Order: sequence, then C-alpha cells, then structure tokens
Amino acid sequence: MTVMQRKPVNPIAHLTAEDIEVIGRELDAIRDRVMADLGERDARYIRRLIRTQRRLELGSRAVLLFSLFPPAWIIGTAGLSIAKILENMEIGHNILHGQWDWMRDPKIHSTTWEWDHVSPAEQWKHSHNELHHRYTNVIGKDNDLGYGIMRVDEDQRWHPLYLGQPLWNLINACFFEYGIAAYDLELGRNLKKGRHRDPAFRARARAVGRKIRRQVLKDYVLHPLLSGPSFLSTLAATFTANLVRNLWSHSVIMCGHFPEGVETFEKTSIEGETRGEWYLRQMLGSANISGSRLLHIMSGNLSHQIEHHLFPDLPSNRYREVVPEVRALFDRYGLKYTTGSLPRQVFSAWKKVIRLSLPNRRPRDRASNRSAPALSTSGA
Amino acid sequence: MTTTVQRPSAPASLRRGLLRLAAAVTTPLLPDDYLDLVAPLRAGADLRGRIVEVRPETPDAATVVIQPGRDWQGHRPGQYVRLGVDVNGVRQWRSYSVTSAPAGRHDPITITVKAIPDGLVSNHLVRHAQPGTIVQLHQAQGDFVLPATAPARVLLVTAGSGITPVMGMLRSGALTGADVTLVHSAPTAADVIFGAALRDLAAAGALRLVERHTRDDGQLSLADLAALVPDYVERETWACGPAGLLDALTAHWAAAGRGGRLHTEQFRPTIISPGEGGTVTFGRSGVTVAADGSTPLLEAGEAAGVLMPSGCRMGICYGCVLPLRQGAVRDLRNGSLTTAVPGDGVLVQTCVSAAAGPCDLDH
Repeated sequence: MTVMQRKPVNPIAHLTAEDIEVIGRELDAIRDRVMADLGERDARYIRRLIRTQRRLELGSRAVLLFSLFPPAWIIGTAGLSIAKILENMEIGHNILHGQWDWMRDPKIHSTTWEWDHVSPAEQWKHSHNELHHRYTNVIGKDNDLGYGIMRVDEDQRWHPLYLGQPLWNLINACFFEYGIAAYDLELGRNLKKGRHRDPAFRARARAVGRKIRRQVLKDYVLHPLLSGPSFLSTLAATFTANLVRNLWSHSVIMCGHFPEGVETFEKTSIEGETRGEWYLRQMLGSANISGSRLLHIMSGNLSHQIEHHLFPDLPSNRYREVVPEVRALFDRYGLKYTTGSLPRQVFSAWKKVIRLSLPNRRPRDRASNRSAPALSTSGA
Repeated sequence: MTTTVQRPSAPASLRRGLLRLAAAVTTPLLPDDYLDLVAPLRAGADLRGRIVEVRPETPDAATVVIQPGRDWQGHRPGQYVRLGVDVNGVRQWRSYSVTSAPAGRHDPITITVKAIPDGLVSNHLVRHAQPGTIVQLHQAQGDFVLPATAPARVLLVTAGSGITPVMGMLRSGALTGADVTLVHSAPTAADVIFGAALRDLAAAGALRLVERHTRDDGQLSLADLAALVPDYVERETWACGPAGLLDALTAHWAAAGRGGRLHTEQFRPTIISPGEGGTVTFGRSGVTVAADGSTPLLEAGEAAGVLMPSGCRMGICYGCVLPLRQGAVRDLRNGSLTTAVPGDGVLVQTCVSAAAGPCDLDH
C-alpha cells in the first residue's frame, strides 16, 4: 500500500505499516471474542426471527385472499412487504453469509438456504461473498461499485451514456432483485464478450430462469388465483410488496458504499495485500446508517455496514455490540467512521449518482492526480 | 403405496400433484417449513422428538422421556437412538440406548444418560434439559439385541452406563423365564443406575443380581467373574461397558472357543485426540495426503490434485466448506478446534482450517 501514501489527500498517510497490522490484530481479537461467546441467546434470536417472518408472511398472504376489501389490501400488502424485507435482509442475506453456520442446523445453513429472490442463492453467494466482500470498493474488481451500469467514482471515465444514470438507478431500484440476478450472472459482460454459448454461462442462466419462473408463478399467478375474485387486487398487492422490498433494499445497499466520504481503491493497491490492509480497506470503504433498533433489523443490520464488512460471518445481531469498540479503534487511529441517518445517506448517495452522471467539473485537477490514483477520495 | 401396485394409483398421483402445487405456493420454502412451525412431530416431518420429562436416577444420571414423532418405527430392546440436541446453540449428535420397553409406536420412549466429566451433551441432558424442548432423532439402530427366542441361560455383564441397553432388554420381558445373571459394576451402591429397579427384579426372582462396587471391591477381573458365575461359558452373554472390560471379555471368550456367544456394545467408539497436522483423507476422491499443522486443508487437497471448491481463500465467503466426516481441524486464524465423529455432519472452511490429527473429509 505504499502507493497510497503518495496521494495528496490520503486518509491513511499517518499510519505506518506496523499500525495497520496492529489494527488488524485488534479487529481479529474483537471477532474472536464475539465468536467464542456465541450461544443459546443467538440461536434463539435467529429462530424467533425466522418464526416471526414465516407467520407474518403466511398471515399477510391469508389476509390478501380478501384483498378486494381495501383494509385487507392495505394490511396484507404492508405485512407482506415487511415479511419480504425481513426474509431478504436480516434472514436471507445473513444466513447466506454463513453467519449462522456455527449452529450446525441444516435448516439454517449457508449451504442449504434458498431465499425469496430471483437470483439463486448459489450465484449470489459467489458474486457477493466471494467477489464483493473480498474486493470491496476496488475499481474494476468489485462490481458492486455502480453495478457495472453507473459511474460512481471520478476516476471512472465519463461517457454520454452516464447522463441517464439517475434514471437507470431509479429503474434498478424498482426492479432491484432482477438487477441483482443480472449482475450475479454478469449478464452484460458475458453477452458483450459473446459468451452466451458458453455451457457454464448457459447453465447459470437457466438456473436464473427457473428461479424467476418459480417466483413469478408464486407471486403473480398462484396467490392471485387462490384469491378468486380478488385476483387482480392480490396481484397488485404482491407487486407492490415486491416493489417496496426492492426500493428499500436498494436504498439500504446504496448507503453501504456510495455516500460521500467512502473511499475507492485502485486494482494495484491490493496486490500483496496483508490481512491488516484488507481490514483497513473495509474500514474506509463502508458507511453506516444510524437509527433505531427497528431500522437495524429491517436493514438486515447492513446499517452496521462497517462492522459487517469487517466481520462478514459474525451473526448480525452482534454488530450493534461491537460498534463502540470498532469506533474507538477508528478514533484512536485517526480514521473516518462514515455514518449518518437514513435520509441523509440516501440523499448523499443519490447526489453522487446525479453529480457523476456529468463529466468531472475540474478535469485539470484530476488529471494531475492520474499518475498514482491508488486511492481516490470521493467528492474531492 | 403397496409394493403390488405397478403404476402410481390415482390417489397417489393426486397427492403428489397437490404436494407440488403446495410447494409452488410456498417456494422458495417448502410446505414443511410452515408445518414445522405448528406440528414438528407430524407424520412426514423430519424425525424429531419432544422432551416430556427429565427424571433423576442417580446424582449424575437422569432418564429423559421423549415423545417421538409420528414416523417413529419403534425399537428392539438393546438398540440405541441417535439424538441431535442443541447445546449452547450448536447442534450436537450423540447415541443413547433406549431404556424403555418396546411399546406402541406412538408411545414415549426413554433414554438414560450419565453425565460424564466434560461431557457437553450428557451434562446438558442431565442438568439443563427442559421439558417441551424439541430434539432431532434417527430411527433406532444397533444389533446389540436379543434373538427372537431368548436363550435358556443368560449372562449380562455391564459397567456404569453400560446397564442402559440391558435395562431395555430386562424391561421388555423378553428374558422372562430364562435363567438370567447380571453382573454390574459401579463405583458405589448409590451410583448404580436403576439400582432400586434391579434390586426389585432380583427380589422377585427375575434375575440373579451381582453388584460390584468398585470403589471398595476393585475392578472386576475375569477370575472374579469365573468365581461369581462358574457356568459362564455355558451362558449366552451380553456385555456393555468400557473398552478395557469388553476387550478382556472378547479375548477370553474367543480363547475359550465361545466367541459366537458373546455380544458386546461399546459406547463412544471413536475418541478424537487433536494434535498438530495429520493425514487428510478425501474419501470420495480416494486421495490421502499428509498435511502439517499450518497448511490449510484446501491447499493440501489442491496440492494432491483433488478438485477442491474454493472462494475467497481468506475465510469470509464460505465457498470452500466441506463436511468433516471424522477427525479434528484447527482454525488457523484463532487456533480454535473443531472435532467430528461420523454422523455429526460438521462443515468446515477448508481455506482457514488445518489438520489437527487425522481428518476424513467427505469429498
């Protein structure tokens, strides 16, 4: 990471290589301590959450059988939206991370779980756990940066197509689960490179197709049919619930890595990266959302994005507990702990999407930095 | 479905169609996932049981009464059941002899557990298990059982919790009328599990009971046995206890040319003692390789030409997990140990785990 230290605005210039390794060891110690403490209380938490979610989903779908009556439509849609959000965020995302594998319960395990989402768990685990969490915020390596359709960093070259990115982002937000499925498939890149005949790609595309069929059949055919005369209103209710879930998860996830203050990294900066340096990149590359206990649960504790990126396999109910220690570590080493309320962070992320849809304002200043853009400060 | 039907009958295919429809309605979950919320013991569910009662037997042993699920197929006296219990949030599997007599398939069964020092599951069951708790079950198994017609003369040699499968046999009534001698070892009279019940049976003439209290009388030797039961070679014998006792009996019976008459059952057959490094076996790939205590299993496998699943190689993505069939591994990040015996179904992250003794991976 020596290249980083030549940057004019370098948030880690004051750290020595030894400091970085000490930070790594301190974070390891936090993780080890919590892992050793996992037990009955944590198991109860996830089981109760899963039970609650299933009852809520079942209850909401039952109410929606009578969705022709407006109160039933409202209650059922609200309930189903919440159930879908819980299922994707606090339950699905975290189980698929292996956060609950330690319980050795085959019913709550990263290798067996499938989620209420059009991207098959297997493919999502690869692109998310393996690529995004390993290469967090590394331009050209972490596809989560702009999802391959947006310009989210000054160092990405501008193209007129990016003028439309506020609109692309809005559409992506509405149909986020399909965006994720396409992204997990690396659809754009695979089609562009003519890999649509590649048997491995075709097998994965077929798996996505099967998953989409099953999801659509359930949400837009079977449940409306079961509702009889309420067919259309149930269809609208399920569509609304999926839309709410998509908008919500898109907002939460945008707050994780897009707001101002979050750093991005050049490919060369991670060559020969040590564990301490990997930790440091997670610390600088993530942003939290402050808020109530309810917000944390509804966001799948991705409101503790920093802690999640430091310890991706730590059970999510524990992130809140390690916040004080992690923050103290940031303070002690003079690093910026990026956090803010949900509206503020969503606004900040959208502002960046809109600003970067235009070419850089001061191209000359940027050009002078181009020789060593190992780490760039967003919003500079 | 009966075996005489060649094609699925109309009701069967209707049933299958309905099940598929139900699965399409609940996808990505299964209807079972919802039914488990309300009826975990129903027919068709994974086999489970509910703890009904925990009854102390001795200061460190207790009988656990379990209501098995509807699909429980019953047991033969002497058989054991594999039990999955969540201890500190982690599912642990152990085997326990069924100590109740076979009854109706929908009646409760009992197991009797002796808390062993440092025994995670046994201590939990004896001291902390709560009525109402759901446990995972497998069907009863084991061939430490009585033949269809009981032999005329029977010798039972047990020690400690080795009495448990034998108690199941005695309670079943299968030995009624036979000439039965039971030689049981325990540290003191108070430590004899089922002491009162056994003494009652002896008083009623159902068996001859020889209690050996080893704290005063010392360990049972073969010479003692010969003195206590002079006609022991004539008796069909069932023995259950520590490995030392069983090995001595087996050798002696074999030397006497009576090996076929001795039936033994040993608890805890596999003892995992962790070390540094070890031979790693990739069972399905048919590869065995020696690995030191600092080489991740993933690298050991790849170096030996095994096609290993892998991901981030730093312990965060869980793309490399494989089932550890048996053995011990050490987490290279913090030194924590994970051990497994067959049936545990422990999955380990091969990219951050090294062999800590011989390891058998199911891959």
